[in-house]
Amino acid sequence: MTDHTTDPRTAASARPATASHATETAFLGLGPKDFRLLLIVIALTMLAPFLLNPFPAGSELAQFNAGYPDLMQRFVIFGIFAIGFNILFGLTGYLSFGHAAFLGVGSYAAIWMMKLLTMNVIPAIVLSVIVAGIFALLVGFISLRRSGIYFSILTLAFAQMSYALAYSVLTPITGGETGLQAKINDPRILDPGAGQSLGRANLFGLEMGSSYNLQIGDWSFTFNAGYYLAAIVMLVGFYLAIRLFRSPFGMMLRAVKSNQQRMNYTGLNSRPYTLAAFVISGMYAGLAGGLMVAMDTQVGPERMFWTASGEVVLMTILGGAGTLIGPVLGAGMIKYMENIVSKINDNILHQWFSFLPDGLEDALVAIVYPFIGKGWNLTLGIVFMLVVIFLPGGLVQGGQKVARLFRRNNRKGGGAESEAAKKQPAE
Amino acid sequence: MGILEVKNVGKRFGGLKALDNVNLSVQENTVHAIIGPNGAGKSTLLNCLIGKLIPDTGSVMFDGQSVLGRKPHEINQMGISRVFQTPEIFGDLTVFENVMIPIFARRDGAFALHAFKQVMNDRDIRERTEAMLADVNMLDKRDAHAASLSRGDKRRLEMAMCLSQQPKLLLLDEPTAGMARADTNNTIDLLKEIKAKRDITMCIIEHDMHVVFSLAERITVLAQGTPLVEDVPDNIKGHPKVREAYLGTAH
Amino acid sequence: MDALILQILNGLDKGSAYALIALGLTLIFGTLGVVNFAHGALFMLGAFCAVTLNRILTLSHTVVDESRTDFLGNPMKVDVPYLFDIVGPDTGAKLIEWSVPLSILFAIPVMILIGVVMERGLIKHFYKRPHADQILVTFGLAIVLQEVVKYFYGANPIPTPAPSAFSGSFDFGVLLGFDPYVIIYPYWRLVYFAFAMVVIAAVFAFLQFSTFGMVVRAGMADRETVGLLGINIDRRFTIMFGIAAAVAGLAGVMYTPINPPNYHMGMDFLVLSFVVVVVGGMGSLPGAVLAGFLLGILESLASMGWVIDLIPGINQIIIYLVAIVVLLTRPRGLMGRKGVMED
Repeated sequence: MTDHTTDPRTAASARPATASHATETAFLGLGPKDFRLLLIVIALTMLAPFLLNPFPAGSELAQFNAGYPDLMQRFVIFGIFAIGFNILFGLTGYLSFGHAAFLGVGSYAAIWMMKLLTMNVIPAIVLSVIVAGIFALLVGFISLRRSGIYFSILTLAFAQMSYALAYSVLTPITGGETGLQAKINDPRILDPGAGQSLGRANLFGLEMGSSYNLQIGDWSFTFNAGYYLAAIVMLVGFYLAIRLFRSPFGMMLRAVKSNQQRMNYTGLNSRPYTLAAFVISGMYAGLAGGLMVAMDTQVGPERMFWTASGEVVLMTILGGAGTLIGPVLGAGMIKYMENIVSKINDNILHQWFSFLPDGLEDALVAIVYPFIGKGWNLTLGIVFMLVVIFLPGGLVQGGQKVARLFRRNNRKGGGAESEAAKKQPAE
Repeated sequence: MGILEVKNVGKRFGGLKALDNVNLSVQENTVHAIIGPNGAGKSTLLNCLIGKLIPDTGSVMFDGQSVLGRKPHEINQMGISRVFQTPEIFGDLTVFENVMIPIFARRDGAFALHAFKQVMNDRDIRERTEAMLADVNMLDKRDAHAASLSRGDKRRLEMAMCLSQQPKLLLLDEPTAGMARADTNNTIDLLKEIKAKRDITMCIIEHDMHVVFSLAERITVLAQGTPLVEDVPDNIKGHPKVREAYLGTAH
Repeated sequence: MDALILQILNGLDKGSAYALIALGLTLIFGTLGVVNFAHGALFMLGAFCAVTLNRILTLSHTVVDESRTDFLGNPMKVDVPYLFDIVGPDTGAKLIEWSVPLSILFAIPVMILIGVVMERGLIKHFYKRPHADQILVTFGLAIVLQEVVKYFYGANPIPTPAPSAFSGSFDFGVLLGFDPYVIIYPYWRLVYFAFAMVVIAAVFAFLQFSTFGMVVRAGMADRETVGLLGINIDRRFTIMFGIAAAVAGLAGVMYTPINPPNYHMGMDFLVLSFVVVVVGGMGSLPGAVLAGFLLGILESLASMGWVIDLIPGINQIIIYLVAIVVLLTRPRGLMGRKGVMED
């Protein structure tokens, strides 16, 4: 058989611009755009204590400040969860309705590590990832024998089973309904002070709960050790996810989503690809679970309930499934709503609208009220539906649409800018 | 000895004899067409060739190995690439990625966990992809989403994906089914163009006589589950048996 | 033996609810090809139809009853339902007592309307979208519906008793020839089972014997061909969605005396109903009904003492376990049709 590929040089000369398609690696094996994205995310997470506390403490708007450690930790931990879920759903299109099970299993593994070994979070986190990975391998091996709705139901069934078992029979391991907490009399064989005092989760002595407060004028900013640990873990997870998205493996996963039949007839076995994606995404969930325990040293079975699995689905879709930054944004948005919007009550609404005439004020409050406070779930449901209907690419796609709109307007404005706009590659 | 050897293949569905003692040999570097009226057993035979169906009797050997009971990706790894009735491509991916995937598959096998390499930094794959796209005149569409291509371009892309694997055998399943005359002719030209550039073995399953006589070097006529005749196109054209079984009923 | 029968009987009411919800799910899936995650919410809405009717009937105004005095010695103020003014206190009290069965009449038009609006307003636009999108948008809708209900009715379960004629239990065992006091069975559960059978029979009869049903069945088998025949299949499917919604709603109405309705009851049932549908076989109506009862009874049997002693926790996971085994060994489910949602 003769070599029938054309000389590559002819191919190259046919299109001088070809070279530009070979991705220049900026740093860390990322292309320039991805690297820029990573830098932005690093800046945002590192400066989060400032960015999330834009209002002076004690002011009326201070309730919109999200810069307290507990919530910031949740932002990044659920960010990790969603990044992992996105590797499965965003790339392969397999919709798992049972991912909370891996988060829960990771949490249980972590708490046991803390009870038995040491309150140092490193062994706990490492084990949570490993255990969740093994569990995901088992669940994935079985669930991935089916696709579509059947896969969703299978994962749901496994997660509900885990939840039911953790709640009942496995009580000796899981603590049943009350769950598990770090206790004074835990063995903690590596900790010197074990048995005398309640240990605190720490990283080689640095306590996760320790914070540094910075007062600048009326503003108060909190820098929490636990948050920064979780944030760094998330950044590493995010970086690895970018690498994965741009890798041949990531491309194969997108091929699975696009056309599995063609993939198989192309000589690729889709099963190990989807299984690998499933396990990796399960490990991210386990990591998130381990970090949760590292922050508050407790765990309960409700963490595995299917609504928890539903939540990560919401986060990922809302932000933009299949995009890099979308799931993190979605996680942040939902957690912000859950913690901040849910606190707004009708008194606050009346204060806001107090400048209006009384009748109008009451009417406006009556209209807005169902959507805030305890009704924030309603807002979430509506926003989610709107996103699925009109923006299948999530908020990221929405942002891109808006940006494109602006660019088009700019082009009308001036010729120089229109050139720049054209050079922007379509995403 | 042909590259594809079908021996005594029979297949029944309940009481229906779909294939009955089919013998067929596809020689290397030929374009071999299997034709027959609807219901002659073409699809059943095809499904036996790609491992989707396991015949009740007989054997299907490709390159000295049996294909029976193998999974699609294994059959492809043996060297059989397949073109579908309607082009099967990765619609959500770019044209360039569409062609890269089969090249990866041929080089790295059915599964490889390259999760931390950059796709575009793989020079070898990139150059081979570029060369392939240049070969089918699609370099200018490299960044287009495959789903946005015209039907003709989709067919061209699918062909490029198959050819990029340098298959030992290219299976074409009614490549012009449901096409307008102009599209059919374009496809014929594309196939001729491909054939002219390289040595390749093709097996076309088709009921359109026009396509078959434009391309095939050898033709097997299938009727009611058995091969009626096998010969060069010129002899098939005037063959009384074929006229009776095929042309007589089809027109 | 008697214990076994008691457990089977106990499984019937849950089984009936599973069967009814799964039946509606399958109707929607089979006709429209849509995976409806909001179906549990329809069940919940049905239950709240009963609550609503009860509230409407007991809508009251305050009158001063001079004949009685409160503890301060003032004339007592009592709430009197408007209903009493219209039909008189005796009939009124009877109507209120029978509000749950009465809600059937109330729920049917309401649920059909909700179903039709849902299909025309939302589901219609998702026929051509991937199943994942359908799951997601109906999941979102389910959240919205249950939050709306939560807003109006609060988060706590609302007790909605059965008419006193059917409250309490009777000795079912004696009827079957067992010793007295062995099989005590609540009346309402029997009513619920009988009701479920009637609804199921009605749906099957409707599909089997009406021309409408014939077209729908043909449409389930091959939508395109029926469309080519010039039959307006879309409108029929809209109505079918309404009927499926009504079936789910009725299941919810009658379930209220068994379990006081709360806003998230739909989701609780939905997860299990999906499992039921999958076990029964996607797209198979008899399969859905059969699997519903089967799993309901199986769940009940698995909660027997000696079973739990043997395999601890089995009652919690039996349904899921069965689903996993069925899905892996019989991908089409017990009675699934060929070519429905297969890989």
